[in-house]
Amino acid sequence: MSEICKCAEAEAEVLKKDGIDTSLLEPTLKEYASVKGSLITILQHAQDIYGYLPVELLNYIALRTGIKAAKVLGVATFYAQFRLEPIGKYLIMICQGTACHVNGSEAVQATIEEYLEIKDGQTTPDGLFSIKSVACLGCCSLSPVMMINGEAYGTLTPDKAKQILADIKAKEAESK
Amino acid sequence: MRLVIGKGSCGIAAGADKVSASAVSYIAEKGLNIPVGVTGCIGMCYLEPIVDVIRDNGEKITYVKVTADAIKEIIDSEVSGAVCEKYLIPAEDKQRLESQTRIALRNCGIINPDDINDYIAKGGYKAIEKCVKELKPEQVIDIIKVSGLAGRGGAGFPTWFKWNAARSAQGIKKYTICNADEGDPGAFMDRAVIEGDPNSVIEGMLVGAYAMGSDEGIVYVRAEYPLAIVRLTNAINQAREKGFLGKNIFGSDFSFDIRIKAGAGAFVCGEETALIASLEGERGMPRLKPPFPAQKGYWQKPSNINNVETYANVPWIIVNGGEKFAAMGTPNSKGTKVFALTGKVKNGGLVEIPMGAKIRDVIYGVGGGIKEDRKFKAVQMGGPSGGCIPAELIDTLIDYKTLAATGAIMGSGGMVVMDETTCMVDMARFFLDFTCKESCGKCVPCRLGTKRMLEILTRITEGKGKDGDIELLEDLANQIKSSALCGLGQTAPNPVLTTIKYFRNEYEDHIYNHKCTAHQCQALVTYSIEADKCKGCTLCAKNCPAGAIEGKVKEPHVIDPAKCVKCGKCNTVCRFGAVKVD
Repeated sequence: MSEICKCAEAEAEVLKKDGIDTSLLEPTLKEYASVKGSLITILQHAQDIYGYLPVELLNYIALRTGIKAAKVLGVATFYAQFRLEPIGKYLIMICQGTACHVNGSEAVQATIEEYLEIKDGQTTPDGLFSIKSVACLGCCSLSPVMMINGEAYGTLTPDKAKQILADIKAKEAESK
Repeated sequence: MRLVIGKGSCGIAAGADKVSASAVSYIAEKGLNIPVGVTGCIGMCYLEPIVDVIRDNGEKITYVKVTADAIKEIIDSEVSGAVCEKYLIPAEDKQRLESQTRIALRNCGIINPDDINDYIAKGGYKAIEKCVKELKPEQVIDIIKVSGLAGRGGAGFPTWFKWNAARSAQGIKKYTICNADEGDPGAFMDRAVIEGDPNSVIEGMLVGAYAMGSDEGIVYVRAEYPLAIVRLTNAINQAREKGFLGKNIFGSDFSFDIRIKAGAGAFVCGEETALIASLEGERGMPRLKPPFPAQKGYWQKPSNINNVETYANVPWIIVNGGEKFAAMGTPNSKGTKVFALTGKVKNGGLVEIPMGAKIRDVIYGVGGGIKEDRKFKAVQMGGPSGGCIPAELIDTLIDYKTLAATGAIMGSGGMVVMDETTCMVDMARFFLDFTCKESCGKCVPCRLGTKRMLEILTRITEGKGKDGDIELLEDLANQIKSSALCGLGQTAPNPVLTTIKYFRNEYEDHIYNHKCTAHQCQALVTYSIEADKCKGCTLCAKNCPAGAIEGKVKEPHVIDPAKCVKCGKCNTVCRFGAVKVD
C-alpha cells in the first residue's frame, strides 16, 4: 500500500494549500506503512512534524497505509496525546494529578484561564498560548506544577503562575 | 574530586540543569579539572537539586537545595579541602535515607544511568549470566517462587505463576512485556526507576525471558515520560553493544532483544489487555479474560506483562537468592515496596521500605510528618483504584491483605497524604472525574456509571445534595464493581466507597448542614469580616472582584453575602486575619 494512489495525491494537494507538506512524512511512511500495528507510531511522528493532526492528514495516512479512515480517526481521538487542532507557541500543561489537586492546582488553573481569557483545550487568538490540563506530570513533590514547552515550574501559587505568563508575554512583546 | 548532579525529572524541574551549566562554566573559568557527572533520582525530591561531591579518597559529601550560585561556593570550598556547611545535607535527612531498605532503587541516585559500565561495576548483568550459565529456566522460576515476589503494579499477583503459565503455554513465539504506563496520578516510582537505573529493568526482562523461553521484549512507556524514554533507549543500545541483548547471549543459544513503544496518553492502557491492544496500534480498550495474555496476548501469542518495579527486583533476587528476599516482609507480602510519598507531607519523595512496616513509619518516619504540623486526616493509596485510609488506621501494616481489608489497595505505590484542610467528598469527586474522563467507553457500567456517580458527587460539593444521595452512590458503586468489564472499571468506585465508609459524616455535613468543614467546597463556604479585628484598611474592598465589600476607611468593613462570589480573595489579602471562613 506504500505506493501513492490517485486519491492520496489529491489529498496531498489539499494539504499543501494549508501549508502541510506531506513529503516530510515520507520517511515515516516508508518505514512503518506496511508494518502491522504501527498506526500510533505513525500518528506520533506526524504530530511531531506538523504540531497537530488535521483531519485531511488523517485521511492521507489512511489512504497510504490501507487502514480505514474511521479507524485512524478513532485512534487519533482516543488518545490524549493527539491534537486535531493547532496549538499556540507556548503549550501550558497544568498538572491536575492527586498531589497537585490537594495542593491547590484548581485555583492555579482558574487564574491562568482568567488571565489568558481561554479555557482548557483552547488557544489564545494571538496564537501565543494553549492550555491543557493533564493527569500527572510525575513531579508530585513540587506540586502544584505546570509545564510550559517542556520546562517544569513547581510550587505554584495563582500569583506566581500569572507572573510566569506575564514574563513570557513581556519577552514576546519585546522581541516583536 | 568529581561532581555528580541528580537529574531525574524532579531534579531538572527544581533547576538541576541550571546548576549543572553553572558548574561546568565555573570549572572552566577557574581552570579546574573536575568532571561533572549525572545520576538519577535519589528520592528526596524536597531537597532537590542535589549535588554529590565525590572526593579523591572516595568520600561522598551530599549537598542539597543547590542553586546556580551555590554550586560556585561549594566548588570553592571543596577545592580548598573544606565542607561547605551551608548546603550540606541535614543529619536527619541523611538518616531518613539510610533508614530505608533499597532493592528496586538500589542504584537510583548512585550510578550514572547513561553509562552501562556503572551498572556493571555494581554487579549488573551478573544475574542473567548466572541464569544462562548455571540455571535451567525451571530453576529460575523456582527462585522467584521462593522469593514470593508479587506484581508491583497493584494487583499483587505472584510473579512466578505468570512466568510459569507463559512458559507452559503452547507456541514458539512468546513476548516479554514491561508495563511502564504509569498512569496513576500521584505516582512516579516507575519513572524514577527507569530514569535512574534503566539497566535493572532490562536485566529483569532478560531473566524473565530466559525463564519463559521468549526472544522478544517490548517496554510500553508513557509518552509523558520523555526523559525515561531517552535513558532507556540509551541503555538498550549500550546493552546491545555489550552483547547482553541480541543473539546468543553469553555464548548460549538464548537470544533476546527489546524495543520501546511510547504510549499515547490513556490511563486505561495500564490494564494488560488494553495495553496489548494499544501495542497493536488499536484504541486501548480492554477485553474479557480468559484467555489470559499468558495464553493469547500480543498478536495472539503467549505474552507476559510485568510492571517496572517487579522487573527491577528480579536481578537482585537471582544474585542474592529467593530466601533473602522472602526474609523481609509478612507471611503473604515479601520483600520491599517503593512508594511515591506526596501531598500534605513535609518530605515528599520516593521511599522504599520492607513490607510489613506501618503506614505511620512512612508518613511520620521517612516523610517527617504533616506540613505545617497540621492534623493528619487520611492517606490515599492505590490512586483511582484505591481508597482513603483514615487517621485511626495509621498503624495498618503495609501488606497486600491488610491494606485490602481497609477498602484501599497496595496499588502501584502512590501515597497521597491529606490533612484537615482536605475535603473527602471533593477528593472522591476528583477521582471520579478522573476515571470518568479516562473510561474507554467500551462497557456501560463504567462509561455511564462513573458519569452518574460524578454528577451526584458534583452536586453534593455544590451544596445541592439530596436526601438519599449517599445510598444512591453506594448502590451505583456496588453495581459498577460487580459488572464492569475490566479491573479499572471494577475498582473505579473504591475512592467513593472508602470515603463514605470512613467519612460518612462529611457527606452528611455537605448534604444536610450545607457545610464543608475543610472549607474546600466553595459553594458551601461563607465569608464574613470580624469587626473587632478589621482595621478598615480597605485592601479587601479594593481587591474584591464582585464589589461585595463596603466600609469606610478605618472602620470595620462588611461583606454583602448576596454579592459575594466566594473567591476568597479578601481572605488572601487581609493582613489582620479579620476574614472569617465558615
